[in-house]
Formats: sequence, structure tokens, C-alpha cells
Amino acid sequence: MNHWDWSAVTDFMPTFWDGLLVTLQVLVLGSLLSFTLGLVWAIGYRGPRWVRWPVNAVTEFIRNTPLLVQLFFFYFVLPEWGVQASALTTGTLAIGLHYSTYTAQVYRAGIDAVPAGQWEAATALSLPVPRTWFAVILPQAIRRIVPALGNYVISMLKDTPLLMAIGVLEMLQQARLASAQTFQYAEPLTVVGVAFILIAYPASLLMRALERRLVR
Amino acid sequence: MTAGLWTHWILPGIWITIQLTVYSAALATLVAFGIGIARTHHSRVVRFLAGFYTEVFRGTSALVLMFWLFFVMPGLFGWALVPMWAAVLALGLSYGAYGAEVVRGALNAVAPAQREAGVALSFTPWQRMRLVLLPQAVPEMIPPFNNLLIELLKGTALVSLLGVADTSFAAYLVRLATQESVEIYSVTLVVYFVIAFVLTRGMRVLERRTKAGVGITAGAAGAGGAR
Repeated sequence: MNHWDWSAVTDFMPTFWDGLLVTLQVLVLGSLLSFTLGLVWAIGYRGPRWVRWPVNAVTEFIRNTPLLVQLFFFYFVLPEWGVQASALTTGTLAIGLHYSTYTAQVYRAGIDAVPAGQWEAATALSLPVPRTWFAVILPQAIRRIVPALGNYVISMLKDTPLLMAIGVLEMLQQARLASAQTFQYAEPLTVVGVAFILIAYPASLLMRALERRLVR
Repeated sequence: MTAGLWTHWILPGIWITIQLTVYSAALATLVAFGIGIARTHHSRVVRFLAGFYTEVFRGTSALVLMFWLFFVMPGLFGWALVPMWAAVLALGLSYGAYGAEVVRGALNAVAPAQREAGVALSFTPWQRMRLVLLPQAVPEMIPPFNNLLIELLKGTALVSLLGVADTSFAAYLVRLATQESVEIYSVTLVVYFVIAFVLTRGMRVLERRTKAGVGITAGAAGAGGAR
């Protein structure tokens, strides 16, 4: 057991691909959820005081508490509230909600960077509020927003292994199950660790390139 | 929730969380400055090695690293780590890699004339770093370091998956004992939030102090902490 065993790697690969698929599924759905929910928070930050204050309090609270505890919270509490959801759904919701508080900050920074004259021009043209947002402000804010959102997608990827705590069969959980069967811990865990680097490093290079092109 | 659960599990759990945060933050700071300064070194080899370190440890997931250190190290190298130290090592090494980027960024942001002035006064490279560059760069590092510290605090919850009896682990046990999920997990979240709040306040004070040390007064210090 002290030696590296390539046959353990080949034995692990089929379940590894299953795990990778689940990880990517969580990542895609979680990202979409965090992008939309984050936009809701960001618009809330600009609302009247009775909207702004609770939105600020809730997002600060979620952002400053561990995702792992939030996962357990939703996993145990949702059924008590009568919501029956699979571990995968619960996990995706929790990670999406957690990261929405980060994306909200990204949107806020992007929106704040749009010059005040743009808002004034929209008012002068008496554009309705939705049109001001979707035709004037957001298209200009998006240049700063996209690379930063990409970086949070990469962070989210690195947080998906937490979902193993509630039994989601993502990469790390698959590795754990494989090693529990064969007692070979080194190979599956190393494969998963390397997989994360192989996905995250090119992705972060891509984001840096995007940042150079879009952010002026 | 009975008093026994508090005194036997939750309070010791909070103490373990605080210890983990302090030890990992200390290791991460050491790594961040070591690797971050190495990334501004004039030798290309040193820069490459430091860059390689940051990319590897920023690329992998802290939880995977923790499991790797705990389960794989004993088999491959023949020495085992106590879960607590495997956790500190994993958190310190990976958040240190993030911190190294902060250190590098802040050092590069110091005006080049400052370095040149150090050269003109024939300071040794170490004197330049210690007397000229770092005092000006450190105040700039504190707001991003605060963000990382909060991330690190949140990361300590992962150790409960290795069986270390921290706050999250205590919450899990209390839930098994009382079946009151909403109560115990709400309390746990509030505990983490309070610790994070105290850390943020502390870092604000530290920022003001270090800024005052290089002659920047409070007025400009307000923007700290915002991401």
C-alpha cells in the first residue's frame, strides 16, 4: 500500500467521470442561480431604505458564515419545512445562494463604475426603469462584471467538494467511496486533486486574458 | 438545548475553531510573505518556483488537499498527521497561496522611485524590503487580507469532516442529540458571523495603525473591507 498503483487509478476512472459530471452539473446550475440571484440582490442594494437594509443584512450574513454549515442547515431544515429535495438539489441551491452574495458585490461594483451621467441621461430621456437598467446601465457594467464573475465560478468549482458532506456523489465523494472499497487512498484522492488543478488553472488563465481585454 | 450540550460541545467547539483560525492564519501569513516576496525576486528560477506553488495551491480545493494530507500522506511517506494539524497545514498552505498574490500585488504597487531611492542609498536588498517597501505595502494588504481571513474562518468548518470537534462538528452532534435542526444550525451560523465580525473590526484597527505608521491618516482609511 506504500507504492503508487496505476491499476487503482484505472479502476477509479469510470466512477471519476461520473463524479466529474455531477461536479460540472452543480457548477453550471449553481452559477446560473448565483448570477440571477446576485443581480436581484444588487438591484436591491439600490432600492429604497426598507429594501436595501434587509438585503444588505441577509447577504452580509450569508457571506460571512461557512458554506458547510449552510449546507447542513438546508439539508436538515428544508424537510422539516415540508420541502422534499434531493441532496443534489439542496446542495446546488445552497452553493448558488452562497455565491450569489459574492456575485452581488461584483454587480454592485460594476454598476457603481457606470458614470452618473448615464443615469441622468436615462432620466432626461424619461426611459422607464426596466429599460434604464437593461438598455443603458447593465450593458456598460458588463465589461467589468464578466471576468470577476468568472473568477467566482472558479472559486465555486473548488467549493463543490463540500457537497460530499450531505452525500452528493461528486468527485471527492466518489474518491472516498472508491478508497473505502479498496483501501487504496492515495490514487483516487490524487486523481481528484490533479483534476481540480487541470480544470482550475486553464480557467483562471482564460479569466486573466478576458480581464485584460475587457477591463480598461 | 440543555446547558450540558453547551458546556461539553459547543463552547469547546468554538474554542477549537478560534485556535484553528489563529494557527492557520499564522502559517498562511508566513507562506504569503515568503512566496509573495519570492515572486518579486530578480532570479527567474525563484520567481518560477514561487509562481508554481501559488498556481498549484490556488488551483486545488482546500477540502481535497485536507483529505489528501490526512489520508494519503501516511501511506506514501509513512508519517501520519493528527487531523487538527492536517487541517492547519491544508488551510495555511492554500490560503497562503492566495495571500501571496496579495503580497505580490501590494509590493508591485509601491512607486518604483521608492525602490530606486533605496538603491541610491546603497541599501542591501533585504534592507530595501524591510525598511522601504514593506512598510508602505503592508497597509495596502490589510483589506484583502481581511477578506482572506474571513474565507479562512469559513474554511475551518471543513475540519469537522475529518472528525475534529470544532463548532460545526458540535452542531452536528447536538442535532443528533436533540433533533432541533433549525435552532442549533441557526446558533452555529450566528457564532461564525460574530467571530467574522470581530475579526473584521480588528483588521480595521490594524489598518489604521499601519497606515498611521507611514504617515497616512484616518481619512483615507474608510474604504477598507469592501470587496
